[in-house]
Amino acid sequence: MQQIINFIIRNKNFLLFLLLFSISFVFTIQTHTYHKSKFFNSANFLTGGIYSSINNFTGYLNLKSQNQILAEENSRLKMLLFNSENKKDSTYLDTITYSGTYKFTLANVIRNTYSGANNVLLLNKGKSNGLKQDLGVISAKGVVGIIDKTSKHYATVISVLNTANKLSAQLKKTNHFGTLSWDAKSPHFVQLIDVPKIAPIKKGDTIITSGRSSIFPKGIPIGIIHDFKLDVAENYYEINVSLFNDMTNIEHVYTIENIDATEINNLLNSDDVNE
Amino acid sequence: MNNSVFLHTFRFILLVFVQVLLFNNINFSGNINPFVYIIFIALFPVKNNRSIIIILSFLLGLTIDIFSDTGGIHAAACVVIAYIRPVILKFSFGMIYEHQTIKFNTVEFGEKLTYISILTLIHHFVLFYLEIFSVSKIILVLQKTVFSSIFTILLIILMTIIFSKKTK
Repeated sequence: MQQIINFIIRNKNFLLFLLLFSISFVFTIQTHTYHKSKFFNSANFLTGGIYSSINNFTGYLNLKSQNQILAEENSRLKMLLFNSENKKDSTYLDTITYSGTYKFTLANVIRNTYSGANNVLLLNKGKSNGLKQDLGVISAKGVVGIIDKTSKHYATVISVLNTANKLSAQLKKTNHFGTLSWDAKSPHFVQLIDVPKIAPIKKGDTIITSGRSSIFPKGIPIGIIHDFKLDVAENYYEINVSLFNDMTNIEHVYTIENIDATEINNLLNSDDVNE
Repeated sequence: MNNSVFLHTFRFILLVFVQVLLFNNINFSGNINPFVYIIFIALFPVKNNRSIIIILSFLLGLTIDIFSDTGGIHAAACVVIAYIRPVILKFSFGMIYEHQTIKFNTVEFGEKLTYISILTLIHHFVLFYLEIFSVSKIILVLQKTVFSSIFTILLIILMTIIFSKKTK
């Protein structure tokens, strides 16, 4: 017993180092596993508050370019609206009962990162605005990420520029789909893998979300094919996708809530049980 | 004693804010950021207890981690350099360290540069290795380590020159 205590006292620095290093190592492992980082994230009162007050000042710096992006989106939506108006042959008499499958909420990005390997964004809306885990986040130009953690007034978003992010995406012209991932090299390119060799792909083809999960509806633009090659086994393509979104300059985003998500997930889970 | 506790608390908070709000947003040529906050560990008084600096480094790293949503990579890297600091001190300063009379204001420039460079390189390597966490991407890790280290070393040296007290 005496010897054990002596050993601990003699090596207390090393043991302390080992303990603290293992704690931080566990935290690190958790961030590499999707939706597992339990303890610490920036969506808390202190860090969220600091970032949001700083954003009050820095928000002015790129006001002009953000206005431009929003104005472009407005004109595109106006065009859609006026072109579709005449084709409608029925209207809803009671607007209260009318609801689409997807619910959009506007939010502002108060912190954006793109320099690391696991980038996370912080939004200025949280649980009190109806945000929750696994809602999709898009901007005027395309996909941004998926909501991870929420607090009362803030939410963190796993950006598409995150090595843990796995989105389902497909070609616009055919229905061949694959998984979107990121190799941590450039914030302007993401990689689409697991697209079968048989798919007819060309440089410049558009990549969109596939709607195969209950997170994003089908058809949200992601980017265009920059270049592509076959993988080691020569069965699947590895495609370099150049993003429509400039991930380094994002201010206004929309979160998409699929109202039927619970129903879809229940159905999928009950299927698993039956099998 | 009280004075030095106050000074280090102030330095801790100031460095966290400067790192999180300023240096994390530099993104020089896309994704190169300096991690200047390790100056806190580098310039921590040598005479103090070794356990204290290990615990403080852990807290410093964890605070940066919470602000930048990186799990525990900064905490791990900080704990590593805090633990091996005596070895680096001995290597860079030799005899002065043995006599426990080291003062960072008065040491020679070359020795200080060696000390800070080794500390920064080790910190950045652990940091980026844990961040990317894949042996197959070791080239990317080394590339990021070298570019960020150059940036960090430059800024730390500048800061020690600008903020040094001219005692003599």
